[in-house]
Amino acid sequence: MSPALATIVKLLSIIALMLTNGVFMIYLLRKVLGHLHIRLGPMHVGPHGLLQTMNDVIKLLTKEDLTPRIADKALFYLAPMIVFVPSFMAYLALPFSDTLKATSLETGLLFTFAALSVVPIGILLAGWSSGNKWGLLGGMRSAAMQIAYEVPLLLSVLPIVMISGTADLGGIVDAQAGTWLAVVPRWFITNPLLWPTFIIFVISSLIEANQTPFDMSEGESELVGGFGTDYSAMKFGLVYLSEFSNTFVISALGVTLFFGGWLVPWLPMSWYDAVPVLAPTVFILKTYLGIVLMWWIRGTYPRVRIDQLMDLGWKRLIPAALVMIVLTGVVDKLIVPLFTGAVS
Amino acid sequence: METVAMDHLAIGAFVLFGIAFVVLVVWVSNLLSPKGVDTPDRLEPYECGSEPVGPPWVQFRVGYYVYALLFVVFDIETVFLYPWAVVYGQMGVFILVEMVIFITILAAGLGYAWKEGALRWR
Repeated sequence: MSPALATIVKLLSIIALMLTNGVFMIYLLRKVLGHLHIRLGPMHVGPHGLLQTMNDVIKLLTKEDLTPRIADKALFYLAPMIVFVPSFMAYLALPFSDTLKATSLETGLLFTFAALSVVPIGILLAGWSSGNKWGLLGGMRSAAMQIAYEVPLLLSVLPIVMISGTADLGGIVDAQAGTWLAVVPRWFITNPLLWPTFIIFVISSLIEANQTPFDMSEGESELVGGFGTDYSAMKFGLVYLSEFSNTFVISALGVTLFFGGWLVPWLPMSWYDAVPVLAPTVFILKTYLGIVLMWWIRGTYPRVRIDQLMDLGWKRLIPAALVMIVLTGVVDKLIVPLFTGAVS
Repeated sequence: METVAMDHLAIGAFVLFGIAFVVLVVWVSNLLSPKGVDTPDRLEPYECGSEPVGPPWVQFRVGYYVYALLFVVFDIETVFLYPWAVVYGQMGVFILVEMVIFITILAAGLGYAWKEGALRWR
């Protein structure tokens, strides 16, 4: 297959994945949140409401696209693009299996974070340009959230890069192959040294994905619709599609970094070659488990205040993440060699 | 080398495709959707039904301005740590000592900002 054709195939399969994810995740979110609230969620369109989201897509496509009179027209049109394109690009480095990935960038981890961190800029622009006070407040809050989560998120995954010796997401998965003492899989979540790291990662990724304890940029109970108040039709649809897609990507990152990516514990490597669909299926199932966990938290906890979020980010998570980097280094270079006798 | 070039080309292709996708979807939506008659009230920004008072770009206190300044510094410092973390496994204890010094300076800066009250929402 020629390289150009391969790129086109990758493009089309990733956009297809993103759209399918979006449609399915919205249905799943309604069902999960519904059952958490002891109600049924969508039930009427199709069996158990399965076609409800398809219906919503058609509705969004055929709704009138209104632009407020005093909106900054150019930015109002540009903002959904700035939100959508980076969250589409965040799929580039995800390893769905050993060979099934769009690119194998050596800086894959950093690339994914870079792509995701452009999204709040688009949200800020969306809120600011719509000429709406709710939107403006929501956009400014989104900028505040980025300031709170990005540094802890980047710092929290450093111990993993140190241990696996690569920032390529595929390489990080490879570093988790095998078992400790032939029993416990070598996933990074089974390493007690990385448990605090995992907690920091989970909290900052919830902020990154705008999930409810930290959804103050949208905050429908205080800001009407937040940054998206005056967005309608497909521009609204695209912004929310990329919100859901970011949730998927961040959960996929968590799976890749801590839960062994596409690996199944105790399964010999030859199985993945024998059954090519095994690895991507496992990866997507694990990712969806992570997403449901995020929604469980979303359905359970009340929203924090924005100054509490700042305190959490700067006074708790960043110092903790710095301590974890030093601790990982000390344990890895000084304490472990004491037992293995290989002081370098 | 070939694959690296292809990977970077793929990034460019993804940017272009993403932009094209947004334009296409918004265009199709505009083709399908009805066009109503614009009355003055219809194009007002939504403020729960009451008429907006004053311009939308109100001035308010940005409580996180100092955080934002600190954020720029810390974000860049964090990116500096990544190349170190990648080569970390191949080097001896010395690389750890170097990084402890770097992180100490970083933490001292954070501690100073904290003590000076920069990390306070106002």
